[in-house]
Order: sequence, then C-alpha cells, then structure tokens
Amino acid sequence: MDIQLQEVEYRYAAGTPFERLALKDVSFTIPEGRFVAIIGHTGSGKSTIIQHLNALLRPTKGKVVIGGRVVSADKKEKNLKEIRKKVGIVFQFPEHQLFEETVEKDIMYGPMNFGVSEEEARDRARGLIEKVGLPDSVLEKSPFDLSGGQMRRVAIAGVLAMEPDVLVLDEPTAGLDPRGRKEIMDMFYALHKEKGLSTVLVTHSMEDAAFYADDMVVMHKGSVCMQGTPRELFSRPEELASYGLSVPEVIRFQQKFEELSGMKLARPCLTIEELAEELSRLRDWGGGS
Amino acid sequence: MMEKMIFGRYLPLESPIHQLDPRAKLLFTFGFVVVVFLANNVVTYATLAAFTLMLVYLSKINLRFLLSGLRPVIWLIAFTFLLHIFLTREGDVLVKVGFLEIYEGGLRQGVFISLRFLLLILVTSLLTLTTSPISITDGLETLLQPFKKLKLPVHELALMMSISLRFIPTLMDETDKIIKAQAARGADFSSGPIKERVKAVVPLLIPLFVSAFKRAEELAIAMEARGYRGGEGRTKYRLLHWRWKDTVAVCLLLLLAVVLWRLRS
Repeated sequence: MDIQLQEVEYRYAAGTPFERLALKDVSFTIPEGRFVAIIGHTGSGKSTIIQHLNALLRPTKGKVVIGGRVVSADKKEKNLKEIRKKVGIVFQFPEHQLFEETVEKDIMYGPMNFGVSEEEARDRARGLIEKVGLPDSVLEKSPFDLSGGQMRRVAIAGVLAMEPDVLVLDEPTAGLDPRGRKEIMDMFYALHKEKGLSTVLVTHSMEDAAFYADDMVVMHKGSVCMQGTPRELFSRPEELASYGLSVPEVIRFQQKFEELSGMKLARPCLTIEELAEELSRLRDWGGGS
Repeated sequence: MMEKMIFGRYLPLESPIHQLDPRAKLLFTFGFVVVVFLANNVVTYATLAAFTLMLVYLSKINLRFLLSGLRPVIWLIAFTFLLHIFLTREGDVLVKVGFLEIYEGGLRQGVFISLRFLLLILVTSLLTLTTSPISITDGLETLLQPFKKLKLPVHELALMMSISLRFIPTLMDETDKIIKAQAARGADFSSGPIKERVKAVVPLLIPLFVSAFKRAEELAIAMEARGYRGGEGRTKYRLLHWRWKDTVAVCLLLLLAVVLWRLRS
C-alpha cells in the first residue's frame, strides 16, 4: 500500500489569531515495502506530517492518498478506522498511552477496536511480548508497575498487535539507553525485512537514518527541502548543514580523512563496516604499487 | 478541537486594555458582574451592550474571534432563552401553538437574560484575553492581601492559581496527544451509542491522570530543589504600578453604574 502526499498544506487553528502554518506544499510518496526516514530540525513539521499518514489530521490544502483512499480538506471522510487499521503509528513517548489493568489487555486494546476476536488478540499479545524483548510474566502485570523502557516496549507491542501494513515511528528510541535503542531499532528493521512492512521513521539520529533507511526526506520549516537515498543526501553535507543537520559520524570521519590525506574514497560510507572495507581497499592499492 | 477554546487564554497584543494594571482590570470585572444586574429595560441593556462593544474595540481583539469562542456556551444561553420564553407568563400572548404559549414578557425576559449572560462572558473572557495569567495572579494576590489578617493563605492560593493556569495549555496539549494516540489504535470518541462513548473516555482519562500526578510530583521536587518555602519574606520580581489610566477605568465603571441606575425602570 502506497501513501502519497500531494501539495499538502496544514494550518493549526485556522481562522483564529493563533493560526500557524505548519506544512507548506509537501509532496512525497511512501512506496510499499520501503523504509523511509523523515529527518529535520525540531519544529520542522515532522510530527505534523505523520499525523496525516492515518488521517488524524486532514490537510487544509492538497491531499493525502492512503492506499487508494483520498483524504483532503473539502471531503469529510467516513470510516477512518479502515485507514487507521492499515497505518499504525508509534507516537513519541508512546508509554503515555497505556491505560489498561494488565499489559495483556493493553496490547489487545488496538486489535479489538478493529474487530479482532478476543482469542486472536490474546494470541497476538502473547506472540508480541517476546518479540519486543519482554518475558511472558509481564503480561499479567499492571503496565504502571513496569520501568520506563519496559512500558515503551509494551506500547510498541500495542501498535504492532494491530498488524498494520504501514508502520510509522515517531522517534521511537528517544530517551532510551544505547542498548535498548539498538534492540528496538533492530526489531523494527527485522519486521520490515520479514513482512515487507512499509516503515516510516521520524528521527533526529542521522546514524539511524543512514543505517536503516532506503529513502530519506529532509524537512525544513514545514517544507520538504531534500529527498533521496541516504547515500545521495549524505554526500551533500554543506546543504544538510544549512538546514541545521549534521551527517553521521562515519561520514564526518571520511570527510576529515579525505581532507587530510588528499585521497578520495570510492563512495560515501554509511556504516563503520563500509568505511573499514573502503579503507582496507585503499591500503591494498597503496601497498600493491 | 481544543484550538477553538478561548476561555482562559491570553492573547498578547498592544492595546490600552492590555496595558492596564491587572488590579484595575480585576476590580473592573468584578464590578461589571454586579453592574450588569442593574439593567432591566431596553435602554439600559443597550447602554451595557454599547459599553461592552467599546471595551472590545479598545482591546483590539477581533470581535468575530471573540464570538467564535462563545460556541461552547451557546447551548447554555439557548437553553436559558427557551426556558424563559416558555415559562414566563407575563403581558400579552404573542403566539399560541397548541399548548405552548409565548408571552410578551417571556420573550423580553428571554432576550434580556441571554444578553446578560453573553455580556458577562464577553467581559470575563476579555479579562483573561488581555491579561497574562501571571499578572492576574499577581493582581489577585495583592487585592486579597487584607484577608491575610483573617488567616487566609493568600500567597498559597495565588500560587495554586498560577500553577493551575500555567498547566491548562499543557494539559490540553496532552489530552490532544492522547486522543490521537488512542484514535490511532482505533478508539472512536465521536460515534456509537452513549454507553460506548462513555467507555471510550476511559483510555483517555487514565493516562491523563497518571501524567498529571507525575507532573505534580516533579514540579514539587523542582520547587523544593530551588529552595521554595512559601511566601514569607518573598519579594516580587514584577511590581505592579497603578497609573492614572487605571483610576480612569475604575471611574468609568462607576459612571456606568450611575447611568444605569438613572435609566433603569
């Protein structure tokens, strides 16, 4: 299922003195099965965009096409549940959305809202609790007795339990420790690979964008200012810097290396492994001659 | 949804009303609430309405914006109107449909009471729209100072008020976020039978309460960490200045009261 944004504009509190233009002429596509990262400075409109992906917000101009359903300003859509079933959003600090007596019930809340039977929802909860890296025994506990990191995992399981076609993640690892970060991101990536789940990741971490994403969208002051693969975009560090964004450390290292050594690597490296490979190739050439 | 609420919001503009001392505005508003009840005929209500419109004009706040903010209370006003129109039996019968009779006195009462409501809400909204919450609390604290002798914890009350006012927007944002998070999980707050809708509120209220309590605790710790220990001996960063304009504002209200007293029947 593709999601297309076409010339989307969004104004908060339209028609009052508090009116604020949050998105301006935003167009891009999230093709089925791709991993798309949206990056940008704080206040660049990233979070506003993702609320358009499952019709929580309706654009004040332009339209959003979600798997054939059109959401636009003038059309009052009915049955938005259908859309929301297909596009699951993990909001920032999703642990704030927990409310049930037990972890199991909380995970079951989403699927049951979408008409999944109780047994099926329970099965999903049992399957997912391990997937997010928690022991079975947690299911019977109150979510409010868990640690912050565990609550985060439960909330994520609650969204995954809806079995969406598109998974939208708004800084899912903010405030976690480095190990938890890696575990959670790896889990999302594995899901994306296994099930061909389209994934949208909103992040501040250039490393995550470089490492996981197929495509990148760079936002600045409510507009899309750059689009392309991470390799393309990270080879334009000056432009990124003008939007207040840096490049991953690996690339900074490569730049410094190229500047000091006067040599040029064959490609911008996105991971440490790639960089090591390129550097060793360079050494082989150097040693061979 | 929450964006439309104007009650309790502050709209920072440059206007003669914004510049008044909060104490003057508070006195004025309290006074106005009393003065409104002096009006009892067409002339007095017209005077009151004209006076209120003048205030709105002076405050530089868009009248249409102000009126759009009244939407939440419009039902209350409509209800009072209907109650009066059907239940007051004075004067001549104007219309008679079946068992329903509308009397002239009923119509008149209905219009007057609704208008009274409307003006009260307009003027009080004007107070909060033109005065920042901090100024309002500062003003209240100073105005209530005399009651300290009666062991009224004035400083604590003012602090409580400023904290609650401060957190209204935060709670609204939070509510909005949680509504969206649960809607994304398929919650439906706007359709279905009443029973279902009441149930749908639970996933909203619990997270809100949890975070409000957590926030209260964090705030208390942060205040203690910065050595807060009540109002004793505490000086003020913002000092209030009573200027001649403030005296004029209060006198204007007195003038209005005298005029209404003269014109009422």
